[in-house]
Amino acid sequence: MMDKLIFGRYIPGTSWIHKLDPRAKLLGTIIFIGIIFLANNWQTYLLLLVFALGAIHLSNIKLSFFINGVKPLIWLILFTVVLQVLFTGGSTIYFDWGPIIVSQEGLINGVFIFCRFVLIIFMSTLLTLTTMPLSLTDAIEYLLRPLKVIKVPVYEIALMLSIALRFVPTLMDETEKIMNAQRARGVDFGEGNIFQQMKAIVPILIPLFVSSFNRAEELATAMEARGYKGGEGRTKYRKLDWVSRDTVAMLVYALLTVGLVVFRN
Amino acid sequence: MIVLTKFGLKKAGKETTLFQDIEREECSMDKIITLKEISYQYHETDERQALNNVSLSIEEGEWIAIIGHNGSGKSTLAKTINGLIAPSQGEVTVGGLVLSEENIWDIREMVGMVFQNPDNQFVGSTVQDDVAFGLENQGIPRDDMIERVKSAITRVKMEDFMEKEPARLSGGQKQRVAIAGVVALRPQIIILDEATSMLDPQGRQEVLATVKEIKEKANLTVISITHDIDEAANANRILVMKNGELVQEGSPEEIFSYGDQLIEMGLDLPFAEKLKSDLRDRGIDVPAEYLTEEGMVDWLWTLLSKK
Repeated sequence: MMDKLIFGRYIPGTSWIHKLDPRAKLLGTIIFIGIIFLANNWQTYLLLLVFALGAIHLSNIKLSFFINGVKPLIWLILFTVVLQVLFTGGSTIYFDWGPIIVSQEGLINGVFIFCRFVLIIFMSTLLTLTTMPLSLTDAIEYLLRPLKVIKVPVYEIALMLSIALRFVPTLMDETEKIMNAQRARGVDFGEGNIFQQMKAIVPILIPLFVSSFNRAEELATAMEARGYKGGEGRTKYRKLDWVSRDTVAMLVYALLTVGLVVFRN
Repeated sequence: MIVLTKFGLKKAGKETTLFQDIEREECSMDKIITLKEISYQYHETDERQALNNVSLSIEEGEWIAIIGHNGSGKSTLAKTINGLIAPSQGEVTVGGLVLSEENIWDIREMVGMVFQNPDNQFVGSTVQDDVAFGLENQGIPRDDMIERVKSAITRVKMEDFMEKEPARLSGGQKQRVAIAGVVALRPQIIILDEATSMLDPQGRQEVLATVKEIKEKANLTVISITHDIDEAANANRILVMKNGELVQEGSPEEIFSYGDQLIEMGLDLPFAEKLKSDLRDRGIDVPAEYLTEEGMVDWLWTLLSKK
């Protein structure tokens, strides 16, 4: 179960996408999620799909990783798609039963929403797979910098994010361990009705919470012992370099946006 | 010595007393850590104190092992040294500074700490980021930082793992990174708070060898809190804690000669001691004093060749 959730994992590499500045990648992903709503016909979706697949190809990471990224969310996606299909009215109606209508528009909408979800997951997975969590938080910190004016603790947010991301695999491993330990004592996961299943979660959640508190305490002590006294007066080991490659990436995004505007209805 | 000759030229008659004075002063200079009657309890309602009237001093360049049962106050003691815990009574002096609110960060710069759990002290996302974390906190310029990170990582022989994330490292490797993080800060004192307790025997030996090597090169003071006999055997001096009090103090030879009582102190028996007690059980007369493994071998062959 844990292996399927690949969000937050980073795959080291030296591809073109890997070498992009994290700010460029983060901005790009945000832009992509924004402009995906411009797409409203098959040409525009095709354009986005080609773009996403092209980016994936450039990253030298197997497509199966991305498909695995979609898998845990597939039920949510299908649920939304089904709702969309069943409750969208239109001119060409295939099936009509009270409030439930299956129309041509509904079906097309459903397909589009499916594509939209998958594309967003592909692109955000691409971001996390090719960007080190710390670079990503560096990028977030950089992009949030203007908010310092209104007293947003930008540095602290970035630190929390980087620690959270760094602990994702650790906590996953721990969850797996606790689950196996509870299994060994006879707890059944994923069996019985919904209430029994929810009850079976408790023996995982509580130890996980408690151990997270302990971890937090120990980490805070270790950080303090190493001289951490807040964001003020710190220097940075990691430096972000915006090079021509990153400008090119941004130009590609601009072209993509123009393309979408041209091709949309 | 230069001071001495200067004075010596002026007042040749007082040479001896002067020499004694200077020697005494040098001794107190050498004492890098002094604890005076430290007491501490975690909660006001606690009946027992975590630390009870502990006084000790540690000299520069010493390797000190603190042993004792779980809950005997060893870790609490270590935490008072760099101000992670403020003692309710007593005075802590580190490197000539009396620990207080104002100089707590100066003292933390002098004291590097490696904790028990390798996962819970790894702050950075990769090895090099983690090593750099402490340097970033001190506001070291970036160029300087890159060089220091690199040399610290090379020292612990992790240079092939610079870009690796913690999830991909073994416990021993993570612990070596933690040591590199401390070494990069160039402290005068390193505290190992059961730093090897979660490692396998091989990882444990590697980490200890690393610390030993670094200690020799930089004349560090090492305080190691441990249940591990090898780690304690490395020390110049062993302190034994019990119920928050310092109950014994001595060289490893002295402490190890307590034999079976060692287990009560929270340590395992050294191999030579185990062999001795097994021999004693079989009616062989063994010497009472502590023998190292080499000493034991010597004693055995002398015993056999006499017969």
